[in-house]
Formats: sequence, C-alpha cells, structure tokens
Amino acid sequence: MTRSDRGISGLASNLPALPGYRHNTGPKWWQTRRARNIAGRALLYLVLTIGSVVFILPFFYMVNMALSTPGAIGKYPMDWIPKPLMLSNFVKGWVAYYNFTKFLRNTIYITTLGTLGTLASCVLVAYGFGRLRFPGRDVWFIVLLSTMMLPSQVTLVPKYVIFARLHWVNTYKPLIVPAFFGSAFYIFLLRQFFMTLPRDLDDAARIDGCGYVGILTRILLPLCKPAAVAVVVFSFVDLWSDFFGPLIYLNDPEKWTLVLGVTSLVTAISHSFIHMGYVMAVNTLIVIPVLVIYFWAQSYFIEGITLTGVRG
Amino acid sequence: MAPSSPAFVHAGRLSWQRARIEAFAGYLFISPWLIGFFAWTAIPMLYSIVLSVQETDLLTPAKFVGLGNYAALTADRLFWKSLGNTAYFSFFSVFLGLLGSLTLAFLMNARIPGIKLYRTIYYLPAILPAAPVALLWRMIFNPEQGIANIILKSLHLPPQGWIYSEKLAMPCLIVMSLWGIGSSLMIYLAGLQGIPKELYEAAQIDGAGWWPRVRSITLPMLSPTIFFNLIMGIIGSFQVFTASFVLTNGGPNFATLTYVLYLYNNAFRYFKFGFAAASAWVLFFIILALTAAVFRSSPAWVYYESELR
Repeated sequence: MTRSDRGISGLASNLPALPGYRHNTGPKWWQTRRARNIAGRALLYLVLTIGSVVFILPFFYMVNMALSTPGAIGKYPMDWIPKPLMLSNFVKGWVAYYNFTKFLRNTIYITTLGTLGTLASCVLVAYGFGRLRFPGRDVWFIVLLSTMMLPSQVTLVPKYVIFARLHWVNTYKPLIVPAFFGSAFYIFLLRQFFMTLPRDLDDAARIDGCGYVGILTRILLPLCKPAAVAVVVFSFVDLWSDFFGPLIYLNDPEKWTLVLGVTSLVTAISHSFIHMGYVMAVNTLIVIPVLVIYFWAQSYFIEGITLTGVRG
Repeated sequence: MAPSSPAFVHAGRLSWQRARIEAFAGYLFISPWLIGFFAWTAIPMLYSIVLSVQETDLLTPAKFVGLGNYAALTADRLFWKSLGNTAYFSFFSVFLGLLGSLTLAFLMNARIPGIKLYRTIYYLPAILPAAPVALLWRMIFNPEQGIANIILKSLHLPPQGWIYSEKLAMPCLIVMSLWGIGSSLMIYLAGLQGIPKELYEAAQIDGAGWWPRVRSITLPMLSPTIFFNLIMGIIGSFQVFTASFVLTNGGPNFATLTYVLYLYNNAFRYFKFGFAAASAWVLFFIILALTAAVFRSSPAWVYYESELR
C-alpha cells in the first residue's frame, strides 16, 4: 500500500487527535471478519445446542419415567430428577408380569444365529460379485440391487403362507434361516468394499497357489474387517430391534423377544401391580445394548452409510 | 502372430479353462443369495399373484375369485382411508424430514470443534429400535401424563388430546418420524463433504456471496444425494407400520391407519390372505408409480457431473 492510497486517513494520522474525532475510520470491531466469524460460530453452536436438547429430551424423559414412582409420572410441575429415585423399577419391571430373562435369552439366540448367518453368507456372495468374473454377473447384481427397492409387503403374505405350510410358524426358523441366504444391503456394502481393494492382491495370492477360498479368507477378509464389523453391527441391531418378524411368527409368549415383550407389557398396565415406570425401565434396558454398540462402533455405522448411501 | 500357433492355442485353452473354473466358482459363491432370491423373493412373488386372485384363510380350501379381491379393495372404505393417511404421512414426513436434515447438514458441515458430539446426538435416535421408540412417544403424547401436555401447561397453553385426537394423531406420528432424520442427515453430510473445495474457492475469487454459492454449487452438486434420499424416503414412508401399530394402533377412528397396518389387519387379524396379497400388489404399483414419477422429474433438477464432460 502506497502513501497516497491511504488518502484522507493517511493525512489524518498526521493531525493531532481532536476531541470527538475517531481516529480509526476502518470497520468497527463488530464488523471485522474475526468478530463476524466468532458471532457466526456462537450462533451456530446455539442453534445446534438447542436442536440437541430437543433431540435428547425424549431420552431424558424415558429415563426419568423409568426412575419414577407411579404417582410422580405426569405430575405438574415435573421433577427433573425423580424423588425418590426408584432404581427398583428396573428389577421389578423385569419380572413383574413377564419374565424378561426368558425374552432376553430368546433374543440373544435369534440375534446371534442371524448375525452369524448373515455375515457368513454375505461375505461369500459379495466376494463372488466383487472379485470374480462370470457370465451374467452384472445382470444378477442388478437383480440384487432391485430387490432392495422391492417393498417387503409384496412377499410378506406368500412367505407367511409358505412358512405356515412348512409348520415353521411359532418357531425361530422364519427369523433365522433366511439370514443364511444373504441380504441384499449387506452384500452390496461388502461388495463395494471389496471393489476398493487392489486386484494385484488376488493375483499375487493365486501365483502363490491360493485358491478362491484361500484368497478370501487369508488375504481379503483381514483387509475388509471394517466392512465386516459394519455388517455385524447393522445386522445385530436390526435383529435385536425387529418387531414385525417376531410379531407375526412368534405366537407363543414363551418364544417372544424383548421388543415384543415390552410392547405387550404396556397393554398389561391395567393390572394394579404394573405401572409406566416398570414399562419404561424395561424399555430403557432394551435400548441400552443398542446405545452401547452405537457408541462403540459409531465410525462403522457412518462408514456403512457413506459407502452405500443407504441405511439398511 | 498367427492365430493357429501352438503356443497361442495352448494359452487360449488354459485361459478358457480358467474362465470356466472362475465362472463355476462365481456361481458357487453367489449361490446362497441366488437360492435365497428364488426361495424368499421370486417364488413368493409369483405365489403372491396366485394368492391375490384367491379367497383363502389357510384353513378352508382356497377359492378362485379372479379380480374379486381387487374389486373388494376399491369398495372398502378403509382402503381409501388408509391410502389417504399414508399419503398424508408420507408427504409431510418426507418433506419436513428433507428440509430438516438438509438444514442440519448445512449447519454441521462447518469444521468447528465439538461437531462430532452433535453428529452423535442427531444420529442416535435413527438407530434405536422402532417399537421401544414408539412406546416412548406414546407416553410423551399421553394427554393425561405425557410431557407434551406438561410443557404446554408450563407455557400456559391449553392441553391437547394428541394421540387420542383425530386431528392431532397423525401429526404426532409425523413428529415421531422426524426424530429419526439422523440417517438421511448423515448421507447429506457425506454428500456435502464430497463436494470439491476448489469449486468454492473459485466462486469466492469471483466474489460470489453465500447464497449464490449455495444455489450454483452446493445444491446442484448435492442434487443426486437429495434425489436418492427422496426416493428412499418415499419408499420407506409408504411402508410405515411399527410406528403406527405401537403408537396408536391405527386409531382414533382410523385416523392413523396406515396402508401396511391395514394390510396387516386383513392378513393376520381377519385371515383374509388373498385380499391382503392383492393389497400388497396395489402398494407395490403405487410405490413404483411414485418412484417413476420422481425419476422422470429428475432431469429437470438433478445434476450429474458427467453431463458437462
């Protein structure tokens, strides 16, 4: 900047300061870029924080009810921290009407077998689609993608009728057996991941005498751990949360899952020995494993979403 | 090189053989899905067509009724009611969900400390089990005990009937669905982060302000993502079941009877399996038509980079 560029303010700097005369004719402090950045950030934080509070409030309310006495629920003004803190709701609600330990065992059974089946079958199929060349592969892959768009209701009734004819209704088979035959979304996810790995790996392993199974299990599987974990996490959460499948296939309360149990517990509330605190305590306990997995494997969830652009 | 040279023939046979082995292995590897596709998708779909022209409750012998189920469907008041409800739900949950998740994604695209925490919070409800979530919202919107009326009371506003009000039950369902916008938010966020920084830098040099940059860079570059989310949103919202089943079970006075709940009731409460199969096909074609309509509108507003190159 030359002296003449400064113009009048350059001249003014040589003048003695007069009372009431502002020496600095540049932008006011709140107009500076820095100040505007800070103000913008403060506003951003404010908006995001208000939104977060709104998003957390339902959770907070659930735990609040889970810790309340029957009389405290719906009280105005509400106690933000219930007094007394009814930790016993968690124990009593668990056994008050149904035995939730049994439901837990059933849920773990379905979830474990289903997740194992899903992982094993999807890895094999994704390897076939992602790493091998065979006639008709692309056509079949398009078929696979289009099954993701197919509303599941179209096959719901016929599948139920078929399972009923096979005497599979009121067993875990309709919930577990299909998992061993792959699931389009997870196959897609794993296949996308396989595509990112260099082909030289396969070729090098083949020269070393590896077969297809060897390439998959020894070379590719260790590398696709992030995608495999994403599949396990998604599949576990989906099976744990499934409501519709157990609802139509499991009629016998002995065979129910946790989610089915808690939605039935709420209908038993007319009994004097059950109250909303119990239901919400059990509800909280059912949600907790999903929360734990979410916090532990958050990056896998997000990776799965960004890799495929879909959530299950 | 002469094509008949022995070396070439040998190599050709070897690679031909290898290709055959690879093709065999390929089909072997995809066979679990292939078998599953026929067993759980293709054959049930064909069987569903058969069922839809039958009257069957699985106990008495099936009776052929032709298009009778479809005719009965259009004559059923609840069919139209549930269709209208679903369209209402779909429109608002998809539209407001898109607006909300897009706005949040814009805000959260900033590189500021602590953004990961916000991401965690906003995404969290989306992964929670649907039935326990609906159970929770059932309490939130309980007119006597729920926090919704407690909040209204503290603001000196009149309490509402919420899920027991014919007018408000559907908005309650929509609000509940908006709690789960986290997954589309994550997809938008990934889309925003995939936009090359050079485009913004170039625009900044040209002196483009915030809105011109959004309008001529962000929105076009994000339009394929918006398009995708819109399609998935429409498909998903037409299949809503657990939310309305647990929150209101279709009530009051069928105000939240969604289409799949209607289908469920016909199949598993009244054992009208043929009728339910027919209604599933109607749903299929409605979703297909809506998806096709969005696809056909896409040249007007979805921008694909390859078009320019």
